[in-house]
Amino acid sequence: MRKPLFYVLVVLMSVTIAACGGKKGVKDEGASVEDRGVSAAGTGAGVDAYGRPIGTGEAGDMLGRRKVYFEFDSATLDEESRALVEAHANYLANNPNMTLVLEGHADERGTREYNLALGERRAQTVSDFMGALGVSGNRIQNVSYGEERPESVGHDESAWRLNRRVEILYGN
Amino acid sequence: MSKILRVWLCMMVGWIWTADASAVLEIEITQGVEAGVPIAVVPFEWRGSAPPPQVVSDIIEADLYRSGRFDTIPHRDFLSQPHDHNEVKFKEWRLIKAEALVVGRVQEVTANQFRVEFRLFDVFKAKQLSGFSYVVNGGQLRKLAHQISDIVYFKLTGEKGAFDTRIAYVTVENAQLQPRYLLRIADSDGYGAKTILESKEPIISPAWSPDGAKLAYVSFENRRPMVFVQRLLDGAREKVANFPGSNSAPAWSPNGSTLAMVLSRDGNAEIYALTLGTRKLRRLTNHHAIDTEPAWSPDGRHIVFTSARSGRPQIYRMRSDGSQVERLTFEGRENLRASYSRDGKRLTLVTHQTSGYHIGVLELDSKGLLVLTNSTLDESPSFSPNGGMILYATRQGGQGVLAAVSSDGRVKQTLKFQQGDVREPAWSPYNRKL
Repeated sequence: MRKPLFYVLVVLMSVTIAACGGKKGVKDEGASVEDRGVSAAGTGAGVDAYGRPIGTGEAGDMLGRRKVYFEFDSATLDEESRALVEAHANYLANNPNMTLVLEGHADERGTREYNLALGERRAQTVSDFMGALGVSGNRIQNVSYGEERPESVGHDESAWRLNRRVEILYGN
Repeated sequence: MSKILRVWLCMMVGWIWTADASAVLEIEITQGVEAGVPIAVVPFEWRGSAPPPQVVSDIIEADLYRSGRFDTIPHRDFLSQPHDHNEVKFKEWRLIKAEALVVGRVQEVTANQFRVEFRLFDVFKAKQLSGFSYVVNGGQLRKLAHQISDIVYFKLTGEKGAFDTRIAYVTVENAQLQPRYLLRIADSDGYGAKTILESKEPIISPAWSPDGAKLAYVSFENRRPMVFVQRLLDGAREKVANFPGSNSAPAWSPNGSTLAMVLSRDGNAEIYALTLGTRKLRRLTNHHAIDTEPAWSPDGRHIVFTSARSGRPQIYRMRSDGSQVERLTFEGRENLRASYSRDGKRLTLVTHQTSGYHIGVLELDSKGLLVLTNSTLDESPSFSPNGGMILYATRQGGQGVLAAVSSDGRVKQTLKFQQGDVREPAWSPYNRKL
């Protein structure tokens, strides 16, 4: 990777933000992701549907990261997110039986129906980019939860930035 | 085994909570009226053995005050407590500047049978405007009180009242760990709540059928948003849209035959019309930007909707066949989720200003936008069927609550439920009568 230090910092920052949230009595993403691992088609943690680890688990490891974040009312991937999606597209190329669910989410601002459409659009953006990288569309399923499943339940930008996301959930 | 136990426990908890819910509602008037019609509602005389099951005059007084059209005079100013026409001394009521007077009595006829009498007077003309007597059972007293409020409202304002109507909304309990979503129906003042659907997955966008007999809504129970229609009488429900992708934002046509809805089956949120009888599906929008939140005009000729085709979400209007699209909102950063007043002259919507997301009213003739609220995360507005009030969802103390504002913005109130996060309110059409 071109900027390993940067990614380490990003990971550290996310961990710090999550920890701060915990102190204030705000729930971090741990519990809800586990819930969805059971409920959704794929798994949220760094394992596939059979519990086998995906990625190395080391700092800077792209495959261990399953969340793509977005700006307010935007479904555009930034450079970092594109690199992340690319890593997963490569993984899919080498594991032709693996399928995934792209779960789109939005922050709480605006209306629930608009956010449902926005979450869908975010999932579609990731799906389209994977398609451009050669992943067949029938291996990907998009689903939007809009603002219904926040990663962080706060009501400020530190929570909202975590909630504007697409989660990459592996199954097969 | 443990799963069965858990399900059973959940059912128990659900039952207890449902039974308890009407007792824990609290209505707080957060902004009062300055120039309503001064009205005196004298506490009705009670003739019965036990305490009355409902205090009818309190319900009437609260209804009239909440409407924003009346200034209810404090009881301590009353110089007498009449219950019948021959006890009323109009001079006393002119002295405390009451323009209208409501008196009455509730009498226990037999066990659980009550005779309710009420009279409405014009104080200046010293004349009775209305007077009725009813016999109802205890379970109907609250509904009757709302119907009396409707009569008073009509006699004094010339407009139909909307107190005897219902609201639908969604409550979420235990949102963080094991959420339970409840779709509920209550009287327009929040009392008498009943759960009509319970789910572990989100429920959004309840929409009343024009006859008030059914609700359409979006449920995620199949891990994907799908549109259901549920009959209120017996709870029978039907999945009406489960196309690939999202199925959401149902909106009834005024004649009840068609649901406009949003489907992403072609990869992007577009508005469709589904004829319920034939299941014929017609696509109405075709744009790469998000199109969502359709709502029909009362005459059925137009549909307003939210579209991001200008870059940010704004309100647009099209003919109900999808033609002649025009943009309606230009003020504010964004405008979303519009719906019509019953007379078709106004829209209520969510307007995103620099100060946050507020409830607004757009006059369709002048295109003037009136911002009614100043809280920052307001959403899901709907007009009362007479257009006098707007019900919406907001946040208070970190919790989702329902709130209502008079459509001129003068009176605001919140409905607080003891448990859970409350959201997605929708005001019913006019109710059936007793």
